Amino acid sequence: MLPAVEIEDLTVAYGDKPALWDVDLRVPRGVLMAIVGPNGAGKTTLLKATLGLVKAAAGNVRILGRPYEQQRRLVAYVPQRSSVDWDFPTTVLDVVMMGRYGQLGWLRRPGRAEHEAALAALAQVQLTDFAHRQIGQLSGGQQQRVFLARALAQNAEVYFMDEPFQGVDAVTERAIIHILRDLRAAGKTVVVVHHDLQTVPEYFDQVALINVRRIAAGPVREVFTEANLRATYGGRLNILGANGTGGVATPAPAPGD
Amino acid sequence: MELFTDYTLRNVTLGSMLLGAISGLLGCFAVLRRQALLGDAMSHAALPGIALAFLLTGQRNTLTLLIGAAIAALAAALWLLAIVRATRIKDDAALAFILAIFFGFGLVLLSHLQRHPNAAQAGLKSFLFGQAAALVERDLWAMLAIGGPALALVLFFWPQIKLISFDPDFAHSLGLPVRRFEILLTGVMVAAIVIGLQTVGVVLMSAMLIAPAVAARQWTHRLETMALLAGGFGALAAFIGAWISTLGEGMATGPVIVLTMSVLTALSLLIAPERGLLWRRFRLVRNRWSEDAA
Repeated sequence: MLPAVEIEDLTVAYGDKPALWDVDLRVPRGVLMAIVGPNGAGKTTLLKATLGLVKAAAGNVRILGRPYEQQRRLVAYVPQRSSVDWDFPTTVLDVVMMGRYGQLGWLRRPGRAEHEAALAALAQVQLTDFAHRQIGQLSGGQQQRVFLARALAQNAEVYFMDEPFQGVDAVTERAIIHILRDLRAAGKTVVVVHHDLQTVPEYFDQVALINVRRIAAGPVREVFTEANLRATYGGRLNILGANGTGGVATPAPAPGD
Repeated sequence: MELFTDYTLRNVTLGSMLLGAISGLLGCFAVLRRQALLGDAMSHAALPGIALAFLLTGQRNTLTLLIGAAIAALAAALWLLAIVRATRIKDDAALAFILAIFFGFGLVLLSHLQRHPNAAQAGLKSFLFGQAAALVERDLWAMLAIGGPALALVLFFWPQIKLISFDPDFAHSLGLPVRRFEILLTGVMVAAIVIGLQTVGVVLMSAMLIAPAVAARQWTHRLETMALLAGGFGALAAFIGAWISTLGEGMATGPVIVLTMSVLTALSLLIAPERGLLWRRFRLVRNRWSEDAA
């Protein structure tokens, strides 16, 4: 079966400093994959370069066997919540409908079909009652679910999510993980930039360890080992041992934010 | 109403309202995309364009001068972009730098033109603070010729422009040509600026771009309503300002319009439901009262 995502030789530099160096990554179809690594390791850059949002110095990306540019409609993107101004004058429903704009064309305005797709996506994230609220009136967790609903409205095959669990409440975290599992059950592929090492084995099937270079990638059971984590996080992994929990099954969360 | 029957007053009033409505509406995107300061720099940067257009063509017709203004404003925006991309200079410093250079150059050209035999006839100095009294019917048509296409473009691409203003990365991931839209929106902003240069002048014009949008944002949570309100506020301020300036001798219309718009904006910031400062304070006090009562 074709892999959902094939990334080859991806290199990104900001100025003279490489943010990503020669990264290869294959994401099989129908899995939940976490991308983990320390702060500044290039996790977000990996996502953005994959989607062409930052310019790569080298490398290419294939989605389900064909170049990304030809497969945009099969790809949904959930940016970091902090990347937009939530005081923007628009409603929850409007934002979710934006997920359909890729199929809109130049002449057509969003209409009934877009409206219904957006409402269905909102129901999936349990925000139906908030459809007509201004987006600034939502809590952080609700805003995150709006972004998730917008991606669901895209009805894609491959989902890229940047820190969807960042700063959300427990209800939202459970709602998100529930949706991720539904997506997997429907045969979709989800790639998530993730922060909390502790939840990796519980939430994800596959993991990619990134620190500018690709350290390791594959099934969580094989790849999420102490040696690989040490190679990814360097000296900071000492905190793991000091935590007293030991063992790779329940590593401590990454230091910092 | 004399404002609409007297030929001169009618041109002044209608011209000002036209400018207020168009720049108010288009200014919403400058505010929402956090480019208010860019608008200010571009309107100052228009000055040398006006002077150069006059020097090169020897003509004083409005459209020629405004096209010169637009080219200079665009050049300033592009230069700014180049500085931010190519150097480590932050955009606020680059903005101040560009504004000073273009405006300074404009002032030098103006003072040079003062000695020119044509200078008095050209009256280019009125572009500094605007001279609404000099508006003639042809100027109104020039405003429409520049503002109309800009408005039409924004309306045509409304869903795309809305998305790009809110979340450019996501728009890019959908395959929208974000960079081209950003150029388009910069062009639209330039159009919104140059139509007001005659009436309000390069120094105060950014107020007519920014203030209506800021005021309108206070009253609504919808972009569509905000844009209409901003246009309405701009036109209302222009109407009131034009009227006030007919009451006293020697009151320049442009600055009075800007002051009127500032009052409308200040009121909106204070009393608008939900977002107004006084409104929030009032609610806070009321909540405390009801807590005390409980």
